Amino acid sequence: MLRLSGLAGLLGLAELLPRLGLVDDDYLPPASRIVAALAAEARTAAFWTAVGDTLTAWAIGLVIACTLGVAAGVLIGAVPVLRTWTASTIEFLRPIPSVALIPLAVLLYGTGLGSTLLLVVYAAFWQVLVQVLHGVADVDPVAEETARSFRFSAWARVRHVLWPTALPYVFTGLRLAAAVALVLAVTAELVIGAPGLGSVIAVAQSSGAIATMDALIVVTGLLGVAINLGARLAERRLLSWHQSVRGEVAG
Amino acid sequence: MLEVSGLRKVYRSQRREVEAIRDLTFTVDDGELVCVVGPSGCGKTTLLRCVAGLLGPTGGAVRLAGNAVTGPPPGMAVVFQEYGRSLFPWLSVHDNVDLPLRQKRVPRPRRAALVSEALTAVGLDGTQQSNPWQLSGGMQQRVAIARAVAYEPSVLLMDEPFAAVDAQTRAELEDLVRALWQRLGVTILFVTHDIDEAVYLGQRVLVLSASPTVVQDELLVDLPAARDQLHTRADARFTALRARVYEQIQAAKGAQPNTAISS
Repeated sequence: MLRLSGLAGLLGLAELLPRLGLVDDDYLPPASRIVAALAAEARTAAFWTAVGDTLTAWAIGLVIACTLGVAAGVLIGAVPVLRTWTASTIEFLRPIPSVALIPLAVLLYGTGLGSTLLLVVYAAFWQVLVQVLHGVADVDPVAEETARSFRFSAWARVRHVLWPTALPYVFTGLRLAAAVALVLAVTAELVIGAPGLGSVIAVAQSSGAIATMDALIVVTGLLGVAINLGARLAERRLLSWHQSVRGEVAG
Repeated sequence: MLEVSGLRKVYRSQRREVEAIRDLTFTVDDGELVCVVGPSGCGKTTLLRCVAGLLGPTGGAVRLAGNAVTGPPPGMAVVFQEYGRSLFPWLSVHDNVDLPLRQKRVPRPRRAALVSEALTAVGLDGTQQSNPWQLSGGMQQRVAIARAVAYEPSVLLMDEPFAAVDAQTRAELEDLVRALWQRLGVTILFVTHDIDEAVYLGQRVLVLSASPTVVQDELLVDLPAARDQLHTRADARFTALRARVYEQIQAAKGAQPNTAISS
């Protein structure tokens, strides 16, 4: 309830500030007008196509990033030599902001889906990889020795000890990656003009449809909230055995 | 037969060397229950890990039925002290006991029988679908014992398995181990720091010296095979045996070899 009342307060503020003349209502119209514009947008097919494009780029990028991140993380984590060998490379590549790759992406893939995917995958990959590496390092030596004493094969130890241990970290990585992927998907569309919500926002801005532009910005926020909620829900169901979730399930 | 001959283990790090075990030689016959007791930090756990094939010795050898142990051998199961970390929290009690059998490629119907027999044997009927962390500490260690028993090992290694449970639970688990051993005819090497426990459980007790470790003393526990917490522990022979082990451990602590670790 408290959280919802906070949201109501924010809406109230967004309504009052332009009406009291504290911000220019040409650029930030009152919340009621933004909501009205949103309702109008939601009735157009173009809006839903844009949402679909953004979510498609987001989902494909996320799947690629997670697959690569998990595979690389488990491999690097399970083979100590690889870990030492890749540490400096990872530390060099990881801090490169994805947006700095925009020019490269455009040269490689033009203004299509490919460019958006490159940026999304690059940004999301590191989130997953770093978490998986932490997870793999968290394997309990006693659990590992137990598995060895029962003569588990190397693959069985990965499957039955390393993977379940890393899973909570994988989920954290996935949640972070999902948020970052959305940011990058919208950014790519906004800057490069790849089809999706970002490019629709750019079009709304340049054609002076400010309430619509704000409404679309709100939509990106709503997508972010929905993605985070979905990820948390999945986490809670699949990790019911984990300490961080146990209390919520049992209690 | 389990043979440990001239076992030596030195832990090397960049700065220094620690000689955990100097020279251990002993044998455990098939079907025997031998307890290993010694002052804390005397390398009991190191010994057990070497016997289990989890740790390579620096010198000497461990042989099981004539074959050198270079990795975890078939037909051996280990019960660790840290049951909470040794059981897999993401699996149910049933699946924890079942998983090693699946790895051993035991056929499904046989697995089902082994799992339920083992859980019944340790008094854990009706907990199959629980997660280990929903059970008390003593019950968790019972799950770990069931997992080892279901595996049908010829040798069972136990590393201070009851060090982390309360006294009453401990007494129950000791009787459980004796009962399982008598029923299954399995060879048990039981490591403990508890003198009473060693004498109560074992047919034979090996007393280890302080680190660097050698066998300080070895005694036969000539108590009747049928033991119970009340009468056995009050028996004059039991008291005499525990006094002897106690003296030996005190002697082991006192007689620190002057060649001990220099760093």
